Amino acid sequence: MSGASAAVMADDAPVLDVRGLAVRLPPGAERAHAVREVSFAVRKGELVCLLGESGSGKSVIAQSVMGLLPRGLPAVAGEVRLEGENLLAARPERLRRLRGTRMSMVFQEPATALNPVMRCGAQIDELLACHTALPAAERRRRILEVLAQVRLPDPARMLASYPHQLSGGQRQRIMIAMALILEPALLVADEPTTALDVTTQAEILALIRLLQRDHGTAVLYITHDFGVAAEIADRVAVLRQGELIEQGSAEEVLSRPRHAYTRMLLAAVPSLVPPERAPLATREEVLSAHGLGKTYAGGTFLARGKEVVAARDIELSVHRGETVGIVGESGSGKSTVARCVARLIEASAGRLALDGASVPLAGSVAREFRRRVQIVFQDPYRSLNPRRTVGAAIVEGPMNFGVPRAKARLRAQALMGLVRLSPGALERYPHEFSGGQRQRLCIARALALEPHLLIADEAVSALDVSVQAQILELLADIQRRLRLALLFITHDLRVAAQICDRVVVMQHGRIVEQGPVGAIFRAPRHPYTRALLAAAPGRRFDFALPRPPPA
Amino acid sequence: MSAAAGIDSETAPAGAAPGIGRRLARNGAVRFGGAVLLVLLVLALAAPWLGTVDPTLFDPASRDLLPGRVGEVMTLDGNVLQHTFWMGSDGYGRDLYSRVLYGARVSLLVGATVALLALAFGTLAGLLAGYFRWLDGVLMRVMDGLMAVPNILLAVALVAMWKASLWTVIAAITVPEIPRVTRLVRSLVLGIREEPYVEAAVSVGTSRFAILTRHILPNCIAPLVVQGTYVCASAMLVEAILSFLGVGLPTDIPTWGNMMAEGRLEFTQYPQNVFFPGVFLALTVFAVNILGDGLRDTLDPRFGKRGER
Repeated sequence: MSGASAAVMADDAPVLDVRGLAVRLPPGAERAHAVREVSFAVRKGELVCLLGESGSGKSVIAQSVMGLLPRGLPAVAGEVRLEGENLLAARPERLRRLRGTRMSMVFQEPATALNPVMRCGAQIDELLACHTALPAAERRRRILEVLAQVRLPDPARMLASYPHQLSGGQRQRIMIAMALILEPALLVADEPTTALDVTTQAEILALIRLLQRDHGTAVLYITHDFGVAAEIADRVAVLRQGELIEQGSAEEVLSRPRHAYTRMLLAAVPSLVPPERAPLATREEVLSAHGLGKTYAGGTFLARGKEVVAARDIELSVHRGETVGIVGESGSGKSTVARCVARLIEASAGRLALDGASVPLAGSVAREFRRRVQIVFQDPYRSLNPRRTVGAAIVEGPMNFGVPRAKARLRAQALMGLVRLSPGALERYPHEFSGGQRQRLCIARALALEPHLLIADEAVSALDVSVQAQILELLADIQRRLRLALLFITHDLRVAAQICDRVVVMQHGRIVEQGPVGAIFRAPRHPYTRALLAAAPGRRFDFALPRPPPA
Repeated sequence: MSAAAGIDSETAPAGAAPGIGRRLARNGAVRFGGAVLLVLLVLALAAPWLGTVDPTLFDPASRDLLPGRVGEVMTLDGNVLQHTFWMGSDGYGRDLYSRVLYGARVSLLVGATVALLALAFGTLAGLLAGYFRWLDGVLMRVMDGLMAVPNILLAVALVAMWKASLWTVIAAITVPEIPRVTRLVRSLVLGIREEPYVEAAVSVGTSRFAILTRHILPNCIAPLVVQGTYVCASAMLVEAILSFLGVGLPTDIPTWGNMMAEGRLEFTQYPQNVFFPGVFLALTVFAVNILGDGLRDTLDPRFGKRGER
């Protein structure tokens, strides 16, 4: 069938119809099929969200639709019909003609999806020149038109810009412009806002929704984020380990889930409503920072670059048994503050004190400081040395401080129990563990030194929502038991709402607002805090989400 | 958040990646290159028992024999041996077959020793330059200076300064190879020192020395092994070139380069003098390079990141 016959099809015929799709994994993988028996449909003007955690096969479905499956992953059963035409049976030549014209895709990473050495205008023009016979002037007019449609300011300047001159949000708008310029029937969006800040994400989501309504495009939207799905989906399909376990209208699936797995996932999404927190028993100040600042002097002695202020005038204190969250978008300086406090980098201004004793900002740091301040990093795949056993990583700290190996081993075994892993795991290497398990190991390594202050730098941001809930619960539990001071850096307001006693909001290297979590979330005073809260996806749905009653 | 998360409800990635040995053994390039080198090594070490004669013995009666001919060789004791010249003989009546096998010893020894020495010094310099920023400028400018002089020229100059012997030649070939290893290690260290696991080690109070030796160095090993094979191949070629130019090992030591240099004069009439050592040199360097490619594919994390992430 061709596009012409598709046009005469009944209006309610699905644009994309996936039936019984199965994609095989190479032998030796953890399961036989990447996806199996997956059936769903996307109608004209409808936005369907494929929801699933990592490894659920949602991206494989997107690749099957676009005909972009890697060589090792063959589609072995079922059909994928675009306007009635089975794409799995189509020749590569035919698929190439369809891509861009009848179906198009927006990827997660707007930084790498554009060619860095080509001007944005030329990249869009290439697409038009390839698929249409329009003359150059007409193409330019069309490009300017579509750039205006995706709400890019000053389209003429955008055309002449290289990708690196644009922000992440602008690049993603360019990608969407490219995807929509040929008026495709189907848009496949694979986590298009995951790499973006929350306020940018809100804008892009609104844009996708708007364009989809204007053009009647069918959208297959792939995401792991329930908030995003709640924000934009008409229909939702939930995937688990390659199987579609539940689908229905967004309203139905997100507020009255039938399947236990969906219920579990929804329950794991942290609420934006902070729970009541008991006041601190004591006011022992563990960490205090006054006027802390970090300035990077750019350039070398030959070429003086401009100074970059990463953080300035930071006033911060964390008490024993208290969790203080630093929230902000990328580039707000929240990680800089964490690293200055941990003395992994040297702050350039201000005062820092731990347990009441002043800590020098530069030069060598007292060994006792290293013991008392520990940090857990974001990327669980890179924070353990791949060439050393887990046990070696955990006993390293105590042995640095003179604890004999046998004693350090015993403590490591006890810590494994605390982070709910088996002591036998000490003999294994990091690659044998999943992301969440590795993060538990990192926590165990930090706790081995019995620190007073634990810094968690986006420690749950790389994890799936169900794993994230477990790690958050673990951190909260450990903090209660050991009465740690916890400095929690996150971009995720939902996480901050659930775990923090106090919240510090940062923007452009400065603190714009700080206070008790309830006050900040209920009555934010600073406009930026209000904007952040307003941009959090899925706010409307938040109260409807089924959650266990607070303990 | 659910109230009672059970012990570790996550599943670990099923089936840990197969051991490094198994993966190496499965790689065709590693198997081929390794097998060829093993055969060459056996030939070189077992040369005395493989129908050879003393490679320096000459007999004017057996000059310029064609391959496969039978002739006579007089030993130092005055005995006359019947000998089959499998590869023919050169202009002095020396057995090419024996010289090629004994020459393999020199090539393999030079290649392996230079690779080990260059890796050792280069790794040390690279670790220091990468980790101690104040040393970086000084060390790397020295390395840039070394790299500005062509390898061969530098080696020729060094041999000319010293007296030519096996060890001076090895040293002369090693020195120009060091900067390349240093650069590699430095760039690796610059990357690895930013890894969170190194920062984690810093924050648990690990000393700089322990961070270098226990955290950074082990993660450099795989690319270093690969680089080592390329240094080895290059060293064998440079040794042959030095010998060919007459500034390498003394002419009384049979090396492939020396043989080709001597055979060059009568190449048009007796090409076997150049052909056999040339073929062996090419085959050896080829095998080492193939092995290096195979090692890179299996060991280097940038290429072989299967099953991780």
